[in-house]
Amino acid sequence: MEVFEVVQPGLLTTVQDKGRYGYQQYGVPVSGAMDSYALMVANLLVGNSEGDACLEITVLGPRLRILGDTLIAITGADLSPALNNNPLPMWEAVKVCYGDTISFGYPKRGCRSYLAIAGGIDVPKVMGSRSTYIKSRLGGLEGRSLRPGDRLRSGATRVEFSASKLPSQYIFEYKAENELRVILGPQDDYFTERGIQTFLHSEYRISVQADRMGYRLEGPPIEHKAGADIVSDGVPPGAVQVPGDGLPIILLADRQTTGGYVKIATVSTIDLTKLAQAKPGDRVRFLRVTEEESYQLLIEYDRIIDALKQHIQYNDK
Amino acid sequence: MIYKKRRLLPGGDRAFFIELGDTIDPELHRRVRQLMLTLQEVKLPELVEIVPTYRSLLVCYDPGCINPEKLRAKLAILAEKTKVGKLPETKVTEIPTAYGDEYGCDLKFVAEYNGLSPEEVIRLHADKVYLIYMLGFIPGFAYLGGVSSRIETPRLPTPRAKILAGSVGIAGNQTGIYPAESPGGWRLIGRTPIELFHPEKEPPALLQMGNYVKFVPISAEEFNRIREEVAQGTYRVKETLYMQRNYSGSI
Repeated sequence: MEVFEVVQPGLLTTVQDKGRYGYQQYGVPVSGAMDSYALMVANLLVGNSEGDACLEITVLGPRLRILGDTLIAITGADLSPALNNNPLPMWEAVKVCYGDTISFGYPKRGCRSYLAIAGGIDVPKVMGSRSTYIKSRLGGLEGRSLRPGDRLRSGATRVEFSASKLPSQYIFEYKAENELRVILGPQDDYFTERGIQTFLHSEYRISVQADRMGYRLEGPPIEHKAGADIVSDGVPPGAVQVPGDGLPIILLADRQTTGGYVKIATVSTIDLTKLAQAKPGDRVRFLRVTEEESYQLLIEYDRIIDALKQHIQYNDK
Repeated sequence: MIYKKRRLLPGGDRAFFIELGDTIDPELHRRVRQLMLTLQEVKLPELVEIVPTYRSLLVCYDPGCINPEKLRAKLAILAEKTKVGKLPETKVTEIPTAYGDEYGCDLKFVAEYNGLSPEEVIRLHADKVYLIYMLGFIPGFAYLGGVSSRIETPRLPTPRAKILAGSVGIAGNQTGIYPAESPGGWRLIGRTPIELFHPEKEPPALLQMGNYVKFVPISAEEFNRIREEVAQGTYRVKETLYMQRNYSGSI
């Protein structure tokens, strides 16, 4: 059914799901939600599958008119969401009715909000995903961000109503200073010992060149042994690439599939969700972890997610 | 060079690189392709996707299914077992290309830079069969190797803001075709009317790693006719089998 009409689109509002996998070998970026955790929670709260398509809302949110009674949930950044001009609670399912208006105000914390709708946003799947990749006009709504007058539909809903409010331990804090855990490699051997020490012991500021493709950082340059160029190879999510100027770039959802600059390290999955909420001017430090430690982090993260799923299911009954 | 022993490098907590060398080399490419085929055949359930490049494979996995130590061991065994033998047949895809004039605004520059006539540049460019090493940069963009050293030309000092889809360019010793409108710094020598990427097709990219490309010079009339056929959906891309030699050795 048609669920809402876009009155104002906001700064950058796109349809994103968990991402487009299996097509990187053809040069197609993965895309998908920058904050995969917030996407998942929003979906679970309205009874969707965890990777369903939501709206990813960036800094300044849209104004949406509701066209049919349904259930929504907003997670991620606090961009002062409102329902008919009254504050709209986040991290819980909220019933909305025909004629209601959802709007956003001042960005309080974080950078990207996720709005899930019961049944998920129904746009055609392109190469297995509904995620928008604007640069190549792929997926989402005609491969672009939302515009005034757009009408979006939802898929078949799975639950009637749920009012579960998420306990605070499942709501991540967004800070202006973040420690990002990294696994060194694949090309850490292209840097001098001093370069590695600079990388691990300096504070970097997120520059204004920060978007879905990647974040350019400002701070002390990292010393290469002999140049920054390599024969191109693949680029995992969170790869920290260091071009000739020595300033790191963290590659994110819309990153190119291959790259020819050396990569000093890769940010852990769990910390990428924090980074997705960081803004230009925010600061990051890198903390080295071993492969084993990062695996333990993931196991811990999975445990949180399992407990969260159980909590939501329990509340549904 | 091609490494004596492959390297398994970390790519964060969800990916590994299996690196087989550090150069652009047809033999190294064959090994990457061979290992890609092995991994595709074995279909390890914990693998999410594999990204082959000039010299390595990025193996993305689901850490919820397997721990990295176990996967490392599995990949090592698979790589060990993979022998460089006869690869499946590959094909040569013909790319009809209108050279020069409004199709390739840098043809004259490339000719002058190399002390050749534009006709000689076209002949040298269209004479070769180019190996597709990998795809990347933008959807459907193929990295082709083996440009004649006589037509090598450096990139533009400042990239152009807009290059039309189908543009054929040279950058250093590489040549390539822009599948979609994009900014870019390659020297443009021609343009093809055929479609290199279509999201509704499976696979979506016309060109695939391991296959070959041959540019076929066409006139402006042919360009318009083919463009019309592509729009009508009646154009058939010309493909022929590539004759390959046998190789042996191990990865």
